[in-house]
Amino acid sequence: MSKAAELAALIGSQTAQGNKNFVINGAMNVAQRSASVTGLGDGDEGYVTLDRIRHTAAASAGRFTSAQTAISDLPGFLNCLHLDCTTADTSIASSELLVLEHRMEGQNLQQLKKGTSSAERITVSFYMKTNKAFTFMCALNDYDNNRINTQQFTTTTDWTRHSITFVGDTTGALGDDSGNSLSVEFYLHAGATYTGGTYSANTWQSRQASDNMRAVGIGSFYDSTDNDIKLTGLQVEIGDVATAFEVEDFATTLAKCQRYYQKSYNYSVAPATNTQVGATYQTTDASGNYASAGYTHFPVRMRATPTITSYDFAGNSGKIRGGADNVAVVIQAPSENGFGNYVNNVSSGAGAGIAIHYEASAEL
Amino acid sequence: MNITSAKYQNDLENEAVYIIVVDNGVTRFVPLDPANKDYAEILRQVAAGELTIEDAD
Repeated sequence: MSKAAELAALIGSQTAQGNKNFVINGAMNVAQRSASVTGLGDGDEGYVTLDRIRHTAAASAGRFTSAQTAISDLPGFLNCLHLDCTTADTSIASSELLVLEHRMEGQNLQQLKKGTSSAERITVSFYMKTNKAFTFMCALNDYDNNRINTQQFTTTTDWTRHSITFVGDTTGALGDDSGNSLSVEFYLHAGATYTGGTYSANTWQSRQASDNMRAVGIGSFYDSTDNDIKLTGLQVEIGDVATAFEVEDFATTLAKCQRYYQKSYNYSVAPATNTQVGATYQTTDASGNYASAGYTHFPVRMRATPTITSYDFAGNSGKIRGGADNVAVVIQAPSENGFGNYVNNVSSGAGAGIAIHYEASAEL
Repeated sequence: MNITSAKYQNDLENEAVYIIVVDNGVTRFVPLDPANKDYAEILRQVAAGELTIEDAD
């Protein structure tokens, strides 16, 4: 192929375009909720540290810490997700499970042409480093059609870039909406419910009928308190080649993350911290019912109407600052764009300052 | 979610607009939006007989 033809092909390809990576926060740079959470593993943990990374778990005796950890031994990357096993569990009940997930909206995945005869191959790439060699499972999980495709991979004690290509799936189109359609998953620990089946690499299968093949042959992250896992550079893209990781500036990634989770506090301040910085202010007009009303406008429109958690300055949830802390608040008209509030019977009367902190979550 | 209490909250027009839940000791306001995963989980727990939602005041 001539250079001109190569260039023309490149311009027309996915790899030449921005936003080739379907993953948000793949460089593990954004952690709005917390930089570190300990004692995890007693049930489903959800989103606790790094944005967009879900800790899907079923109760186990094993415990772990999830943290955003700075790294200096992988050029081009400054942060990783770090899981550290703090309590071992070698007696694995059938229902036990620990999975890292990155869930994606169907409307952002239509280029995959899943469920058509033109379904694209999908390549998942990531850097992982562990304290010893583990065999884990990487999966693409189609929530819309209950289908899954799994592939084992083996870690090393050095940073290794894993590249796993999944065949296109001609069955089951993804919803063109804001729902959770497809998830890239890493199975790190599982009981017989998920390991008792037959492993069939890189094959799309019905998930409901074959849950027992989701994690066949994997090791266990909980088998020793020596265990730790570091993950960064997660990328999901069209095609059968892992291209260079798509670098993105922090502000862009943060704004993308805020579609799913945001807070009133400064970036580095954990929700419920005792502070007034970042709170939305309003004043009281009266001392009786509806003494004060206000509206908080989100800086980024959210994926769906979010769950709101309000805080006063002292960090009491479900409350508001109204002359003093611990004042009851009524949330009104929550939407993708913000929420209103009002308070009754503020003891300090008209002219008092009212302030509210919040977390808003519209995760997949 | 580890919900220990759940109660509907009405808006100014006296229509239920969200559910106040205590989840792991934290009070949260969950909208009645099927696209909200917390609401979906509440509905699952109600259907499974694991949770009852109190009426609004």
